Amino acid sequence: MTSAAGTLPAGGAGRESLAARLAAGNALPILIVVAAIVVVWYGFAVWLNLPWQLSVYERAGQAWTATDLVRDTLAQERPVLPGPHQVLAEMWRTTFEVAPTSRRSLLYHAWITLSSTLLGFVLGTLLGIVLAVFIVHNRAMDKSVMPWVVASQTIPILAIAPMIIVVLNAVGLTGLLPKALISTYLSFFPVVVGMVKGLRAPETIQLDLMRTYNSSAAQTFWKLRWPSAMPYLFTSLKVAVAISLVGAIVGELPTGAVAGLGARLLAGSYYGQTIQIWSALFMAAALAAVLVAIVGAGHRMVLKRMGMTP
Amino acid sequence: MNAPASHIEPATTTPAAGQAAAPATVIAASGLGLTFDTNDGPVHALSNVDLAIDKGEFVSFIGPSGCGKTTFLRVIADLEQPTEGTILVNGMTPRAAREARSYGYVFQAAGLFPWRTIERNVALPLEIMGYPKPEIAQRVGRTLSLVNLSGFEKKFPWQLSGGMQQRASIARALAFDADLLLMDEPFGALDEIVRDHLNEQLLELWARTRKTICFVTHSIPEAVYLSTKIVVMSPRPGRVTDVIHSTLPRERPLDIRESPEFLEIAARVREGLRAGHSYDD
Repeated sequence: MTSAAGTLPAGGAGRESLAARLAAGNALPILIVVAAIVVVWYGFAVWLNLPWQLSVYERAGQAWTATDLVRDTLAQERPVLPGPHQVLAEMWRTTFEVAPTSRRSLLYHAWITLSSTLLGFVLGTLLGIVLAVFIVHNRAMDKSVMPWVVASQTIPILAIAPMIIVVLNAVGLTGLLPKALISTYLSFFPVVVGMVKGLRAPETIQLDLMRTYNSSAAQTFWKLRWPSAMPYLFTSLKVAVAISLVGAIVGELPTGAVAGLGARLLAGSYYGQTIQIWSALFMAAALAAVLVAIVGAGHRMVLKRMGMTP
Repeated sequence: MNAPASHIEPATTTPAAGQAAAPATVIAASGLGLTFDTNDGPVHALSNVDLAIDKGEFVSFIGPSGCGKTTFLRVIADLEQPTEGTILVNGMTPRAAREARSYGYVFQAAGLFPWRTIERNVALPLEIMGYPKPEIAQRVGRTLSLVNLSGFEKKFPWQLSGGMQQRASIARALAFDADLLLMDEPFGALDEIVRDHLNEQLLELWARTRKTICFVTHSIPEAVYLSTKIVVMSPRPGRVTDVIHSTLPRERPLDIRESPEFLEIAARVREGLRAGHSYDD
């Protein structure tokens, strides 16, 4: 993403030095920010893990130097805040050194979460589009449905998620679908809002024009409203896919789920496995970044085919 | 009519030539009125308009803003409903005329669909009206050459200048060969030089296609240069104050605008506008 953006504003010159490309794009600022975060993180890790480490030295009656202290605070088994390298090492170990089908594999858990994210995202997108079409074409729907759509998002998802799971369990729905429905619940909202705006985006002139052709409602929809809504749809989808992931993780928390990144977070907090928590968090963030990037690529592709990227 | 040599319109069929001899009435309005109900009370956009437009005429509607010239055009197009009087388009109600696709409408802005190339923009009405694919291609090619846009088929609207975009929108209105062309200040947003050029091209196009054109403008020279008939309108309530039949020949080079005859008609239009108290505020 950064490299693609970096080549954009470079004014046409084909081959440039890496340094020049870094300076022109936004890779350099991003790297600087990342470096700053890492430094601050290490500082906090040492500081927060210090009390425990001091008590360990005291019990052992061990003499220690500042170097020892820094080394040991960053190598605890259950630190208050693990160092970045500990998290990365854990991620590496649980990703590449364990079979992906194993319960100890981070990929296994990521896949469980991803599958319910994607199912929920697809269902949410379809639901959102269908609702938006009805809202735009029907005045009664506009008046009656839209307030409920907004109200649905004022309920904290953490409060409603267990109830959805319990109720669906009672009617015999278990496994993937209940979790996916929580993602759906979150992700349909930005799609409805974006698509309602998008389907209403055509100018009066364009709608009048279709009327002068005596165009049917279906023709006006497919030839004018739907293409007009595309940029809005993809902007919404980027938000929707990210909160679908949040929904899937939240859906894994109350179920006592045995698998998924949410279950991994919960288990980690039960047993004080902070390194495990952090690596699950990082995996979730990476997953979100990849999903948003995929939707972004789809966005660019569609707009390019529609001739809308100069 | 006086330039049969340049008249090489492939789609023109014999009935058009037959009707040219005895002009038929395309638009007949009598006692037409339209009142909008607004929060500030009723607004009389049109009041007691009587007007007949014959086949093959080039009629300009001129007047200050609020005089109802655009509203009148929109009534013809069935985009507004009159509240009084009657109007017939090709002997039908405006609604029936619209459903019969008997007119092409050119708006103030080009209103091209940005996701369609120029040729696909021109093809839009043809797709909606269900023309077969080979005929769409043939008609798009023909109408684009009619507005001198051949070679720009694959361009997207943003790649064209404002004048070219407006020409594309005229091609779009011509593509399905309606005999009536309604144009609502189509060149209003363009600069004077482009405008002169397009006016010349429009006259040429009119001579070649023999369409009836209703043209809304607020430029006196434009109205006099283009029209066979000038309808002067005035606001509050929107009404017709004068109808001027142009004595200029149909063949009109740009420099005809310096001729005494031209200036005389322009003076009469200006007088008509002033008589309508159109500039008091």
